[in-house]
This record gives sequence, structure tokens and C-alpha cells, in this order.
Amino acid sequence: MAVRTREEAAENPLVEGLERLPVPPTSLVIFGVSGDLARRKLLPALYNLAHEGALPERFNLLGVSRRQLSDDDFRAQARRSIEEFSRREPDPPVLEELLSHMQYLAIPFDDTEGYGRLARCLGRLDEEAGLPLNRAYYLSTAPEFFPVIVENLKSADLHRHDAAEVRAIIEKPFGTDLPSSRALQAVVSSVFREHQVFRIDHYLGKETVQNVMALRFANMLFEPVWNRNYIDHIQITAAEDLGIGSRAGYYDQAGALRDLVQNHMLQLVALTCMEPPASFEADKVRDEKVKVFTAIRPPTPEDVLVNTVRAQYTGGTSGGGEVVGYLEEEGVPAGSHTETYAALKLEVNNWRWAGVPIFLRTGKRLTRKVTEIALLFKPVPHQAFQTSGSVGVQPNTIVLSVQPNEGVTVTLDAKIPGPRMRIRPVNMEFLYGSAFMSQSPEAYERLILDAMRGDATLFTRNDEVDAQWSIIDSILGAWHARDGDGPLPSYPAGSAGPPEADELLGPGREWRKL
Amino acid sequence: MSEDRWSARDTTPSAIEAALRDLLARRYRAGRPFVPARVMNLVVIVERAFRGEVENRLARVGRYHPSRLILCAVEHGRRTLDAVATVAAPPGEPRAGELAVGRERVEIDMGPAHLGRLDTIVDALVVPDLTTMVWAPHGHDDGVEALRRLANIVLIDSQDLPDPAAAFARAEDLTRSAYVVDLAWLRSTPWRERVAATFDPPPLRRSLGEIDRVGVRHREDSAAAGALFCGWLASRLGWRPESLDRRGARLHGHSRARRHQVTIDLEAVELGAPGLAGVTIEMASGAAVTLERGPGGLRAQRRDPDGSERRWTVLGASRGEGGILGEGVRQALLRDPTYAPALRAARVMLA
Repeated sequence: MAVRTREEAAENPLVEGLERLPVPPTSLVIFGVSGDLARRKLLPALYNLAHEGALPERFNLLGVSRRQLSDDDFRAQARRSIEEFSRREPDPPVLEELLSHMQYLAIPFDDTEGYGRLARCLGRLDEEAGLPLNRAYYLSTAPEFFPVIVENLKSADLHRHDAAEVRAIIEKPFGTDLPSSRALQAVVSSVFREHQVFRIDHYLGKETVQNVMALRFANMLFEPVWNRNYIDHIQITAAEDLGIGSRAGYYDQAGALRDLVQNHMLQLVALTCMEPPASFEADKVRDEKVKVFTAIRPPTPEDVLVNTVRAQYTGGTSGGGEVVGYLEEEGVPAGSHTETYAALKLEVNNWRWAGVPIFLRTGKRLTRKVTEIALLFKPVPHQAFQTSGSVGVQPNTIVLSVQPNEGVTVTLDAKIPGPRMRIRPVNMEFLYGSAFMSQSPEAYERLILDAMRGDATLFTRNDEVDAQWSIIDSILGAWHARDGDGPLPSYPAGSAGPPEADELLGPGREWRKL
Repeated sequence: MSEDRWSARDTTPSAIEAALRDLLARRYRAGRPFVPARVMNLVVIVERAFRGEVENRLARVGRYHPSRLILCAVEHGRRTLDAVATVAAPPGEPRAGELAVGRERVEIDMGPAHLGRLDTIVDALVVPDLTTMVWAPHGHDDGVEALRRLANIVLIDSQDLPDPAAAFARAEDLTRSAYVVDLAWLRSTPWRERVAATFDPPPLRRSLGEIDRVGVRHREDSAAAGALFCGWLASRLGWRPESLDRRGARLHGHSRARRHQVTIDLEAVELGAPGLAGVTIEMASGAAVTLERGPGGLRAQRRDPDGSERRWTVLGASRGEGGILGEGVRQALLRDPTYAPALRAARVMLA
């Protein structure tokens, strides 16, 4: 939209006090609607939003995919997806109404003529509504189609509207390395302005991830000690007990570093290390995150040798059963050098964090599934307590658990009851489940709603993605240069990871138990 | 639900509190631990003879349970306290990654004479530092008065009293010492959300200043929800409310906007569930917006100044009365700054 008039800029006085803010009337177009993400996440998320009355007053869903389907076939598929994957039992009248707002268009993503049909369909929906509906294009296709779709939207003049907002929601991965990310960005920014683009990192839609900011910036208790003066090091873990399943084709191209570190884990680093923003407006928050990324110096090949570890799982025992190693998984090429485990040491070179190592580790087929951020404090400067006969005074930790347990644990040292002054660590826990007792909405519910409202706070900005890839690219480059050196280090399935990762931490430190 | 239970006749608050602690400790000793939920204390004062009805309502609350429920069942003629305390967790082992979250419940049979000093009974039983909400669906104002110093929130339903004006006076009095969650207000929430959304597109925002008639249709017993809806519009849009006149099943009158008069009509209609049945907002230009209850959401109709009409459905599931109560429990942890001004305007309308 062009310049806002005074009436447009005026606040809506009826919004005050409402928990659910109005969402502008919108036609949502999902490209790749027959894919797994749409089936498991997007359509059920839309149902739950409809159930709660959170969708826009005027709402249409246009499903776009290459497959030939009638509207009725599409609705039947959508019904099955919602019934199978919705977090709540669908209410039949709401489901029927939602399905009646859905249409399907079979369009090969490179078919220019198809976008003309899409334009006519969107125009017809505007006419039916009697007002121009905002347009949100959700790109939930294979990444190679992102630039194709974006350029075709421009060719069909669907990328702009004189009287409504047009937005593009782009799924991950946004590129597979720095050059491809920049190439994709070049296409995207030739069609859309940055404020129209919503890059999904679904971790940011998780309540527990958003709580990192709440914990830090709403509590006087933590922020004064959240710096290099008190914190010895930080460990961020995203461990999975499962293997690659049927995703060998994708995973062998991606590997652990691209799959989890480049996006989710670096976002956790940013939220943990960023300065308090002046306000929680999208760009204020994202400015602070970018400062963190740019304060992480991309490692040189020599740094990569000493500060990173990559490994593959071998056969072992997981969940009580025998499982095969990565190279024996179906679809994995022989001799693959794709890492299923990555651990790295980063430093945020700024006033707050200089000298505090940040250790990241992620892997498949580890002991258990856990995602957490742990801040490990320095020891007290002088220990007046006796150490014999007890664990003794241990450095404090703050652990922010993202999944599966959701909450915060602070370890403190306390006196063991008895006649002697013996000390051991105890936990003080805050658990989402016991403090709120309510089901958190799925991350996609929040993200779809925010995108339709134009709130980009929980989406990654172009310069964030660029800075993230700058860090990861230098690691990938150094790793690939050594692919000919022989097989990767390994770890047995069901273990805590390769022994090489322990050496990364240096003397006096150890990984938290998974 | 796996449940541990303690009961005693002619007991004391401190004995009940000790029993709750003991139940928890016994559970841990037996290797069946859970994490006690710590959301809020809910103190409910009921007529003992009708407590089943209230318990049924609480059972339908859904996701938003209070973590410690203290049910005070009042029985005429009773002079002693009998109590049952239970701690309960979901049945079976929690799934991997899930917590067994336990809830605590205390039922105390008491006499009317206990109500005047109810705070001395309840104070020992609430979890300190947690928000305490008080709900007295069968009246018992003396009990609520006694709990005023303990209550952070009072849950009311302005449609419980036959006279909405008296209900509003009581609600306004309670707002002086506690945050009030009014179920009648919550029944109007989807309507308020939808009206706010209807006028949210910038081109339509300016027509808020042109509203010249508001018609609200409500179930006969839900005039309070209708009046609160009108009070909300008046307070948000800066209208000066005036008293409405009764005309059969209708209340009719005006509010003063800056430059014109706004007609207000509240009409009782047949409706299966409590709450609002429909809302019509008309503008001086001849445009109008109507919302009506329907399956799967609200049926919306817009009439443009040229007389052309459009109809659509605004999606949303009915929450039902159980859902409304659940929403009331959940709202206790939030703060809505628009209720009190809406209440004051609604009081003037029904004066």
C-alpha cells in the first residue's frame, strides 16, 4: 500500500483490551498445499485458528499444487489432515465452514498461465467480499521452486496491490549456503520489499523460545548476572533420539549443521545473547539479533579444525532396539560425508560476552530428545564450606528447556540437612505445565496469524539469514575441504555423541548430561 | 484420574492444610509423584444442596482448571466443619516428555454462621503467593465480603441476579477491592472481537463516528451481556450513555455521541443458550453490519449505503457455558482495562 491517510493511521478504539487482535481480511494462498508440511501443520493450524475465532473475518484459502484435484477432492484431503493432526477434536460445523472457504488450483509452479488463473480467482474473491482482501502467499514447496514462484507472482502482477497488503511467507531452508541464500534473496527482493517477506523459522513460534526474551527482559533477577562477569560458558543443545527415517534424500544434502544449527540454534544463540531491545517491535528485536550474529566472527579453516566437531552415528541401541548406522540407512549414499552430529564453539565478540565460549551441539540418534539453553556460571570466588563428605559447592546453572519439558531450572547450592555444613546442588524449577496448565498453541498457528497481521517479530530478516549463513558457510567450506581425509568420526547410536566433542569444551568443563 | 483422599468430621482449617501436605508426601513415598499445579486458588461458595450443578460446571471447564479448588458448601443448621481433601493426577504414567500435573481439592461443609468469618477458614488453605479467585454462584454475599481481603479476583455472573442494574451495582462495588471477571462480559467477547474486526480496516474505521443505532438481541436472562456490549461501545467511542426505557421485551433509549444521538435497542429473543443472539450496527450513511449466531460461527451481513448486501460466515466454535467458565478462570490471570468503563456505562443505561 502507498502512503497511509490520517484515518488509516488512527488507532481502532475498539481493539483496546481484546486478547485477539483483528486480522485484516485475507486470502491465503498455500503453494505446495498437498505436501507434508501443509498436511501435518498448516491445515490443522488453520483449523485451530478457525475454531478459536482467530482467523480474519473474511478469509479464503487457495491451495495450489501441481497435482490435478477438484475442489471437493482437496477439501476431502484437508478434512482428513485436520482430523488426523489437529491438536483438538474438530467441531463439525466449524470444520464444514472452514472447508467451504477453501478452493484448489492445480498449477505447475513454472506455468505462467496458471498464475493468471490465480489472479482471476483472487480478484473474484475480492469482488465477493466487496473489498480488497490482503494476499498472503505461503511458499511451502521444495526450495528450488521459491524463486520460480516469486518471479511468476511478479509476472502475473500478483506481488502488489493498490488497496491491500501483499505478503510472502517463505518456509525454510532459505538457501543451502551463503551464495544460494543471496541468490534467492536477490530474486525475492526484486519482487517484494523486505516488510512484505516473512521467513519462517518455526522455532521462533514456540512459546518456550519466546519465553527466553520474557525471562531475560521481564525479570530483574537474571539480567544483572547475564554477562561475562558471571557466566563461564553457555551450552545450547538440540538432541534427537530418532534417526533420519525416510528423509535420507533431504538429510544427506543438508546435514546437521544446515538442518538445525544455521537456523534454529543460531536463533537461540541470538535470543540468549542479544541486548534488550528498546521495544518489541519487529525491527527493534531483529536489529538486536543481527548485532549478535555480526559479533560472531566467521571461523577461519584453522578455527574450524579446533572449534568444531562433526560425526556420523554408527549402529547401536536406541530405545531398547538395535538400529543401523547412518551409512546403512536406506537412501544414504555409500561413503557419505554428511554429518549427523555437529558441535561447535562460538564466541560473541562484544562487551557483554567477550571471552565466554558458546558451545552448540546437535545430533541424530543421541541418548534422548532434548532442546535446551544452559548458562553455566563461574564458581564462587572463595569456598568457605567444607568439601569432604559431599558434592560441595557447584557453580550455578540456569537451564531454559525448550522441548520436550518446557520450563526453566535454576540450580542452587543448599545445605544438606544434618549437623555438618555440607552442601549440594538442588534444583528450583518453573514448569510451564504446572504454572499454566494450558495447551500451548502450535508454533504455526502463531506464525500464520502474525504473518497475516503483518507482524514480523517472529520471522527472520534478510540480514539475519545472511549473517547466519556467513557463519555456517565458513564451517561448511572447511569441512568439505577435508572430505577426502577419510571417514568422519563416529558415535554409536543411542550414545551422547562422539568423544571428540568432549575435547571441544576444554579442561574443567563437560557437556551437560543429555 | 488417580486420586488420594482424606476426610474428617468436625475438623479445623489447620488439620485440612496438614492433610493436604501429608497426601502429597504419601504420594511421593509410594512412588507415584506428580508436580502440583500452581496456577491459582479458586474458592467457590455454594449451597450444599446444589453443589452438584456447580461441580458439573467446573467439570466442563476444559483446559483452564484452577490448581487448588476450595469448595465451601453451605448447609443450613450446620455448626461444624466437615472436610474432604483430595489430590489427583491423570491416570497412568505420563508419556515421555510430559509431566504428571496434580490438582488439589478441598470440600468443606459449613453452616451459614461460618460465612461471616470465612476468611479465617480459607486463609489457611490457599497456596500463598498464588492468585486467589472467589466465586459464589448462589449469592452468599456475606462470604464474599469476608473473603475480600484474600481475593485478588472475584468471578461473578451479572446475569445471575434477576435485576441487571442491581448486578451491575454489586459488580462496581467489587471492582473497588478486586479484579472482577464477569461471565456476562465474557459472553459478549466474540461479539466485541468481531465488531472490532469489522471496523478495523482503515477505510471502515472512520464510520465508527457515524454509528447512529445499535441493536442487540439477547436471551431473556442475558440483558446484562447486552447492556455490557452497549456500554463497551459507548465507553470506547466516547458516547455519553443515557438511561434506557422499557418497552415490553425491549429496552430503548439513546447515547450522546459528539455530534449526534445514537439509538440503543436491547431486545429479548428466544435463544437456546445464554448470551447474545445478534447485533446490528447502523450508520448514518445507511450502511449497516449485522452479526447473528449460527452453526460454525457468526453469520455476518453488511449493507452498503447504496442498499447492496453481502453475507458471510465468521468462523468460530461456540464455547458453551463450560467454555465460558473456563475462559473466566483463564481471564483471572489477565487484565482487561475495558470492563470497568463498560460496566459504568451499562449501569447508566439500566439506571
